[in-house]
Amino acid sequence: MPDKDINQNTTQEDIYKVDHAEEMHLDDARRVKVLSPGMLVFKRFIRNKLAVVGFVILLFMFTFSFLGPFFSPFGQTEVFKGVGTMSKDYAGATYNEELRYTIADGAEFGSSQRTQFLLALGENNETFTCDDQTYYYVNIDDNTYRIMQLEPVAEVILKGFNSLTDDVVPDELITAYKTAEEKGVNSFELDGIFYRITKKNKASIISIEIDVALATLDVYDAYNESDKLMVSSFDFRLASSLALAQNSETFTVGNQTYSIRNGEGQVTILDSAGNEYAEISAIIVNPLDQSVFLTVGYKSTIRQMIINRQSRFSYTHENGETIEYTIARVNKTYNIKKETPIEMIRLFENPSAEHPLGLDNNGMDVMTRLMHGGRVSLLVGFIVIFIEVFIGIIVGGVSGYFGGWVDTALMRFIDLFNSIPFIPMVLIFGSVMDTLEVKPMTRIFLLMMILGLLGWTSVGRVVRGQILSLREQDFMVATEATGIRTSRRIFKHLIPNVMPILIVQATAGLGGIIITEATLGFLGLGVKYPLASWGSIINVASDAFIMTSYWFMWIPAGMLILLTVLGFNFVGDGLRDAYDPKMKR
Amino acid sequence: MRNFIIRRLLLGLFITFFGAMVVYAVIRSLPTSYVEAIARQRATNPLSTKTYQEWLDQLNAVYKLDIGIIPGFFGWVGNAVKGDFGESWHYGIPVTEKFNQVIWYSVIINIITFFVQIFISIPLGNLAATKQYSKTDYAITVFALMGISLPTFFLATILKYVFAIKLGWFDLYGLTGRFFNSMTPFEQVMDIGYHMILPVVTLMMLSVGGLMRYNRTNMLEVLNSDYIRTARAKGLSEKVVINKHAFRNTLIPLVSYMSYLLPSMLGGSLITETLFQIPGIGYISYQAIIRGDIPFAMFYTTFLILLTQVSLIVADIMYAVVDPRVRAN
Repeated sequence: MPDKDINQNTTQEDIYKVDHAEEMHLDDARRVKVLSPGMLVFKRFIRNKLAVVGFVILLFMFTFSFLGPFFSPFGQTEVFKGVGTMSKDYAGATYNEELRYTIADGAEFGSSQRTQFLLALGENNETFTCDDQTYYYVNIDDNTYRIMQLEPVAEVILKGFNSLTDDVVPDELITAYKTAEEKGVNSFELDGIFYRITKKNKASIISIEIDVALATLDVYDAYNESDKLMVSSFDFRLASSLALAQNSETFTVGNQTYSIRNGEGQVTILDSAGNEYAEISAIIVNPLDQSVFLTVGYKSTIRQMIINRQSRFSYTHENGETIEYTIARVNKTYNIKKETPIEMIRLFENPSAEHPLGLDNNGMDVMTRLMHGGRVSLLVGFIVIFIEVFIGIIVGGVSGYFGGWVDTALMRFIDLFNSIPFIPMVLIFGSVMDTLEVKPMTRIFLLMMILGLLGWTSVGRVVRGQILSLREQDFMVATEATGIRTSRRIFKHLIPNVMPILIVQATAGLGGIIITEATLGFLGLGVKYPLASWGSIINVASDAFIMTSYWFMWIPAGMLILLTVLGFNFVGDGLRDAYDPKMKR
Repeated sequence: MRNFIIRRLLLGLFITFFGAMVVYAVIRSLPTSYVEAIARQRATNPLSTKTYQEWLDQLNAVYKLDIGIIPGFFGWVGNAVKGDFGESWHYGIPVTEKFNQVIWYSVIINIITFFVQIFISIPLGNLAATKQYSKTDYAITVFALMGISLPTFFLATILKYVFAIKLGWFDLYGLTGRFFNSMTPFEQVMDIGYHMILPVVTLMMLSVGGLMRYNRTNMLEVLNSDYIRTARAKGLSEKVVINKHAFRNTLIPLVSYMSYLLPSMLGGSLITETLFQIPGIGYISYQAIIRGDIPFAMFYTTFLILLTQVSLIVADIMYAVVDPRVRAN
């Protein structure tokens, strides 16, 4: 009863203050207006600044968690993918080290000839024979050899000419030979036919030169597909090689005149109209994928980059697309890597306008997950406190109301329950759920049940204590006198009087439950991926790499927990003060 | 008084017994166990000549898991009463030996925390109470509530982030530095102390708020009582009123509050120890529990239950020691 008295006192005090301010008459009707207890509590609550701050924080948290997801454009488990680039091998280039042969029309230069040629090249012999044929080769320039077949026509022994053919040695040939010998050269031209003088023992042999093949390290690329035949023809190659060796600027093949433009490490041949016709270079460029066709322009860019020792370049293709390439050298080959766009999950993306708190280690939007996680955390808190209050009211109410041995037994039961260590028990249940592979959603509900079942004892104690004191009060005697049912007496008359202290208890308890749930989430025993809770979001911080590098993944969740629990504590404190008449302000 | 204590002791033993039984029943009914894991491991060994079931049966017999829960529990109690808590399955040494190895880390950290906590929270609590509803009071209340509202793991991680990573003042993990083995004994002690700073700060920040608020509430209650008004009316200085008359009377609830801290002091702090990788009892028992190490889990939980009961009895006795009025009843 003393509580009631004080309550009324303060009520009148409050009214008196109001009266005073507004200068009311003693018989003013408003004077009689008495604030309801609820209103009184509300007014006291409003006056407490911290409680109001806490209330605002909670309001924000609820809007954020329960309404936020409707405004968030993303889903909780939506994985964001983006186009990233990845270096993929695209083409290979290498300096050509193998001689390539271009064989003249109608001539034959098979593998046995090639072998003999290579042997002669190795031994520095100018001639070599194969299948009774004698061949002769000339170095046009460093890496091009002109190979000719020699058809002996005459033999000169001690200045006597013997014909090796059926015909007689013509005089012109003899004169030409003599002039050549005087000049000290070993080849001469006569009537458009080239002759070569070779020494064999003491005899000199005059032979007609017939071009057989051209062996070169150079690589030819025609700009147009239609010119490929021409570019790979013997005449074109011979003429161009000779022109290159002589450093002349033009050469003629058939009735076409071509000009030569010397680039760095490669030569461009222009046709008579001045268009690019072919490229000559020592570097082979091949696509890695045979289905890809590399244009000459592209190849020539690569060659230039290799010669200039560039490791990175971009090339604009015919379709107008500019692509980045990198060149990596491995021993003697150069790998050209293309920055190929591929679809990638955007992990650990920093905060941006689109994703205010960035993306997490699964490529999910942190902000959206915080909203959904808040839903789970707050819901877990509310349902657990509901379970606790429900069990607490029943056990505490029965125990307090009946007293005697029922009370003793129930209190010992609560003692026993309280003695069971909380954390080890929750750990055990968590690992049980792990081994049973409970579904994430079911897991949340089980978690609520377990937390509720383990935590109701303090509510039970409070209810019992409150009911013990209320039981003896006059209004309870009145209920007994009027013969109201027991259950009705407990739940209609006692419990409502316990409600205020229960509300205070529950509000303060909510914060604790949210912390417990977050701790379990942090230990990996709470809410499981892909569902989120604030605790499980912070769980990533146990990875030192994420903790140090990506603050946006765990600090916001922690701040939300802190603020929410703080809000519940502020409000709980404010409610306690508001309900407690002794706390005058 | 003696009767009361005897009754409390008997009740404590009773609760410990049944508490341990509940824990034992829960651990035994787990769907998977340490023994199954070992049996599976041995059965998959190519040299194994036995099947999984044979191994399981044999191991169950060795670990006395083939008997029912109730006989199993009584067997455990029978040994436990004699001081034999068995050998830890996970650590492979007697439970008590492992416990002895690790408990001191926790105890030292918690005792340091305890004293730091008292030195901070009692003066602040008194200050807040004497200047109720002032700015100081609000600041202290907010600070205290912040401490209460912070999840341990978040506070520890933040502290690590700021002081170990950003500022680089402390090591991220562990209890000893890199050159621990080449240090002189004095330096070794200093090194361990240095590594304990962050854990102690973590625990201190979390617990200081509760004690501070508790002290503030008690102080407020005392300050509203008649004898304080009398003391003031006598013309005593405010200092004497607060420190001599008021504070002494807040000691009664404070003493009982501190004895409730006993279980948490000896029980270790799981999260803090895990995050700072300190091999204290909290961390070690966590490892044992999640692996289904029944002897260790049983020993640890029983130890906790017993400790809780002891702390309750100590609180009751302390009441009597501090407050002569209780003694009279």
